[in-house]
Amino acid sequence: MEKPLTALIQPDGKPLDVAGYERAGGYQALRKALTMAPEAITAEVKRSRLRGRGGGGFSTGRKWEAVPQGADAPRQRYLVVNADEMEPGSFKDRLLLEQTPHQMIESVIIGAFAIQAEIVYIFVRAEYVLAIDRLNRAVVEAEARGYLGANVLGSGFAVSVHVHASGGRYICGESSAMLTALEGRRPLPRARPPRSALSGLWGKPSVVNNVETMCNVPHIIERGADWFLGLSRCDDGGSKLYGFSGRVKRPGLWELPLGTPLNEILEEHAGGMQDGYECRAVLPGGASTAFVMSDSFDVAMDFTSVQKVGSSLGTGNIMALDHRRCPIGLLRNLEHFFAQESCGWCTPCRDGLPWVERILTAIEAGEGEPEDIETLSRHVTFLGPDFTFCDLAPGAMAPLGSGLKHFRAEFEQHISEKRCPWHDTAESWA
Amino acid sequence: MTTFLVDGKAYTAKPDENLLQACLGAGLDLPYFCWHPALGSVGACRQCAVKQYANEADKTGQLVMACMTPIAEGARYSLADPEASSFRASVIEWLMVNHPHDCPVCEEGGECHLQDMTMMTGHAYRRYRFTKRTHRNQDLGPFIKHEMNRCIACYRCVRFYGDYAGGRDLDVFAAHDHVYFGRHADGTLESEFSGNLVEVCPTGVFTDKPFSARYARKWDMRGAPSICSHCGLGCNTTANERAGELRRIVNRYNGEVNGYFLCDRGRFGYGFVNAPDRIRTPLARGADGRQAPISRDDAIARFSALLRAGGRAVGIGSPRASLESNYALRALVGAENFFPGVGAGEDRLLRLVAEILGCGAVHVPSLREVERADAALVLGSDLPDAAPRAALALRQAVRGAGFAHAATVKIPQWQDAAVRTFAGGVRSPLFIATPTATRLDDVAQATLRAAPADIARLGFAIAAVIDPAAPAVANLSDNLVAHARVCAAALLAAERPLIVSGVETGDENVIRAAANIAAALRARGKSVSLMLNVPECNSLGLALMADGQAGFEAALGEPAALVIVLENDLYRRAARPAIEAALGSAHLVVLDHSEGPTSHRAELVLPAASFAESGGTLVSSEGRAQRFYQPIFAENDISEAWRWLRDAGRAADRTTCEGWSTEDDIVAALAGALPRFAAIPRAAPSEEFRITGRRIASEPHRFSGRTAMNAVRNVRELKPPVSADSPFSATMEGFHGKVPPALVPFFWAPSWNSVQSVNKFQAEIGGALEGGDPGVRLLEARAEAALPYYTGVPETFARREGMWFAVVLPRVFGDDEQSARAKPIRERMAPPALVLNGEDATLMGAVSGEVLECEIDGGRQSLALEIHPELPRGMAGIAGLSAKAHALPAWIRITKAERGAA
Repeated sequence: MEKPLTALIQPDGKPLDVAGYERAGGYQALRKALTMAPEAITAEVKRSRLRGRGGGGFSTGRKWEAVPQGADAPRQRYLVVNADEMEPGSFKDRLLLEQTPHQMIESVIIGAFAIQAEIVYIFVRAEYVLAIDRLNRAVVEAEARGYLGANVLGSGFAVSVHVHASGGRYICGESSAMLTALEGRRPLPRARPPRSALSGLWGKPSVVNNVETMCNVPHIIERGADWFLGLSRCDDGGSKLYGFSGRVKRPGLWELPLGTPLNEILEEHAGGMQDGYECRAVLPGGASTAFVMSDSFDVAMDFTSVQKVGSSLGTGNIMALDHRRCPIGLLRNLEHFFAQESCGWCTPCRDGLPWVERILTAIEAGEGEPEDIETLSRHVTFLGPDFTFCDLAPGAMAPLGSGLKHFRAEFEQHISEKRCPWHDTAESWA
Repeated sequence: MTTFLVDGKAYTAKPDENLLQACLGAGLDLPYFCWHPALGSVGACRQCAVKQYANEADKTGQLVMACMTPIAEGARYSLADPEASSFRASVIEWLMVNHPHDCPVCEEGGECHLQDMTMMTGHAYRRYRFTKRTHRNQDLGPFIKHEMNRCIACYRCVRFYGDYAGGRDLDVFAAHDHVYFGRHADGTLESEFSGNLVEVCPTGVFTDKPFSARYARKWDMRGAPSICSHCGLGCNTTANERAGELRRIVNRYNGEVNGYFLCDRGRFGYGFVNAPDRIRTPLARGADGRQAPISRDDAIARFSALLRAGGRAVGIGSPRASLESNYALRALVGAENFFPGVGAGEDRLLRLVAEILGCGAVHVPSLREVERADAALVLGSDLPDAAPRAALALRQAVRGAGFAHAATVKIPQWQDAAVRTFAGGVRSPLFIATPTATRLDDVAQATLRAAPADIARLGFAIAAVIDPAAPAVANLSDNLVAHARVCAAALLAAERPLIVSGVETGDENVIRAAANIAAALRARGKSVSLMLNVPECNSLGLALMADGQAGFEAALGEPAALVIVLENDLYRRAARPAIEAALGSAHLVVLDHSEGPTSHRAELVLPAASFAESGGTLVSSEGRAQRFYQPIFAENDISEAWRWLRDAGRAADRTTCEGWSTEDDIVAALAGALPRFAAIPRAAPSEEFRITGRRIASEPHRFSGRTAMNAVRNVRELKPPVSADSPFSATMEGFHGKVPPALVPFFWAPSWNSVQSVNKFQAEIGGALEGGDPGVRLLEARAEAALPYYTGVPETFARREGMWFAVVLPRVFGDDEQSARAKPIRERMAPPALVLNGEDATLMGAVSGEVLECEIDGGRQSLALEIHPELPRGMAGIAGLSAKAHALPAWIRITKAERGAA
């Protein structure tokens, strides 16, 4: 099984420097890409069926295609890498940023060449200090080798890469808010249309791609879309970084074929649940995904299949809910996060999420009231897509909505018994 | 027009409208918060959610925000859809989570958009049972009160203050449900448009602080359509009265003039009406030399005796008095003895303005047209300080190119955030040439800092580049040549070029240069607009009436037996010795509303009505004649100056004012006598105007306390006053409903109690009022009219050894005589200052803040030094010394103050 994304990770945890990366075949994809027509790169990426690994699952090739090209197309253009990994339970991009910084740099140069962007920003979560440090070092090394600058490898293509540390809000990970943040303004999301491909950073055509998504690009260019399609166990191409956290024996992160079944990841890679713990459900791709219950653990972890069981692939970083954990307490913690991270722009999110959080806190504290379930359900509907300005609130409602469905008995028990049934257990959240 | 369906019924709207605008325009009640017709859509509040259907077969529909949805031909929408209407109620419920529900003690109560929208959605029962978040409020200065707990986070305040008005000290802080709208720290809001926050805020976060001190509910106040009297732009206002006191000024929408916004001078400058130094009774100088109150009859008798006594009677008119009062004075003394009450310098400038604008060769733009200009040049005028609402209009004009740019990728103009992002720094060209920096410079393509003579030279040069037939400028510096070429090219490339100048520099050549540019553009076939700013509310009206007659200083050369001064303080207009010499032994009669040096000198003082106790007509710098109406019915001897003049004239058996019983009579007489004013009767309906036989109620139908209000003084219910001059009743009795736009006493409609009810009065949302925007334009351009080029290009400004060329640097707060009497305005007035270039100051050995002695108007003024790096060397700016402005511009000496004994 090939693991192109993680193949160059060193056992000592230190990333390859530019020379080491070159020795391992690094920057060959870039050399090849520079011989191709930009639109041919985009076409190859589109054919590879690479879909966005940040959670959206949008076709990368189609995203690139949307950028106006041609002599009279607006300049400048920007490629922005979303490295603002703040989704609770997700830590996949961190691995790539810290361990394979040159892979990241090579990826963005190819991506920038494909959409003919002159400037690349890598927008990194502020706490990823090591990643920022290693990326900056890689940029300097790449510049010294002529991979970056006014004339990339003598091709005439000019590109510069800037590593930008986030100011530190979850909303900055929303791609349009990220652009606003990069402009030095309050990170408010933007209404669509217009799409970023038309009016992005500073109103110029821009593409925002996730770290893991981008890191696939050199491999697709070097080895072709067919090879990439062959990596997966589903219709979409590539491998995927799957993570598992919670009471599993071996929490961690693995590069596996896209479409690897959930129970296979749990049992074979995460080592199954710790003794004395049963996995009742998982959040398959971060805090903004709906619960997948244990009876659906045979689901293939790909975009389409996870949707069929009522959730979404998200980041592919799975969180286990075991039977000794109060699901309402878990939800309260998640909603606390979302309420706090609401940017305050649209009403349902700004004022709805704190209400949700307070109800869940009350229920956990044995102060729930029967009407609370109806109020929560109303929020699940009215904080959904279309109702709110961006996807933050709909994401926040994904675990709550599925929680209300699957853990209805637990909700009712909390309210009728006026206490949390898990309250006296060692792992109480109260 | 686009046809769209709402709940099965067809409506039409302009194709470039969004669905919210279209629904409101169709008369539908769809609640909203973050949208504002002048600010556009951002989709934040989610209040205007409706269902949109793909086609007839689509029964599910998709929820969309009406404000963010372009209307499409034949598209189907539903407001009544249960999910959409339930969601709209939920939005209110969320907004109410933290709202304090302090309506009984909130000054917004009764005219609160949040109250209206809450009722509209039907949300009534509170389900949220947890604690509310609270905020600490800020002291925002003398104009605005801050109560952040009421905030519903619609973001309108910061979008208006920052995005629209260019203010930089109000912003949004923090995040999630802690978002805070305020300043980085307590302190006075800097923008001269801060007062609009009161109307922009949909609830009671920002309220009117001076009003708060003398508060009354909207329903408890009489409203009168009024015209702002604090600069020459003629913004429309509503004046609110209760218990004989002027309580507040609010914006009165006029689509062609001020739209939705006023400046703070206009909003907060009314305090002189209620001030203790008001003249409330006639005063006569007794044998002891003191002025003492006399009766109205005595006053008329004395005045008529002076008129009868014979000898030359001179009338000095006023640029801040109505056309009616000025005309009454002119009629009383005869045209040859009527002189505009402005200083010699200003008089020359105003006569020039009247000549240029009156010749009919150029189009004089409304402020709405200023907003639509696609290239503009400001020649000499510091607009933010001299005519703030015009500066705000120009600030919008520069967005034109951005709108056009956004349209290329189909971003509609109303999608505000997207336009701003996409347009970025794309702006329509604006050039500003002034002696020093202005607060409009941030949106200018280029600025030039120069002395008035060089500003004029630039203007002449631009005209010569545009049309070689225009007089050329010799020995022009390379810098000015470059500027002239860039300006000329931009103006020529524009479809709607605009030239703005005015009296601010005190230099006629600047105005002539502006006229030449307009004439040159006209010669090149461009439809150009020329706006010439004038200082006072009726400056242009008076100049047009004086018809070339020179100012009063010249007039006083000849001895007069009687001098009648109308609503004026001559000591602000000319040097004291000149006035003393001219008044000499003449009898002096002053008609004014407030005391001042001129009234103090008078033998007879008659209490003239202010704008709040009288009706009248003013002519704005646009040449728009507009009527104002009285909110206050004075209980004492205060009456319109024209009535005093008429009565005295009658008593003296003068026949000139025969038959003048109402304002309409004098308006008709003026219109008949001076062709230039022929249109003024059309400015508003006459006194005889009735709807179903009734006068228009000037008090809301819920008006309370009519009998109790005055019971402390008199327990009898007095007969309500009746206006002799207007079709308004003085009470809640009368017609309530659709009235002609010039006669709207307050904007109020069923379910719409707040100022947002103006939607219901507009023919098109954000456009003209139904029935047309009020006022009548007196100066329409005519194709056959010609404006010959002015010649006489001035020489380059040359510094003089030991002298400084001093000009007035306008200040929004303090320059206007009347508003400077208002307490909140006084709190905003900075001490007078002398402004110098840093190098000049260094050469003098003076430092910022140091007090220097300036010789102005024959006297010495101690002024604190301010350094403006942009002010040209050899020039001095004098700011905050409006009483001495008549003596400027002039070459002055500046000396270091003598050290006092330490």
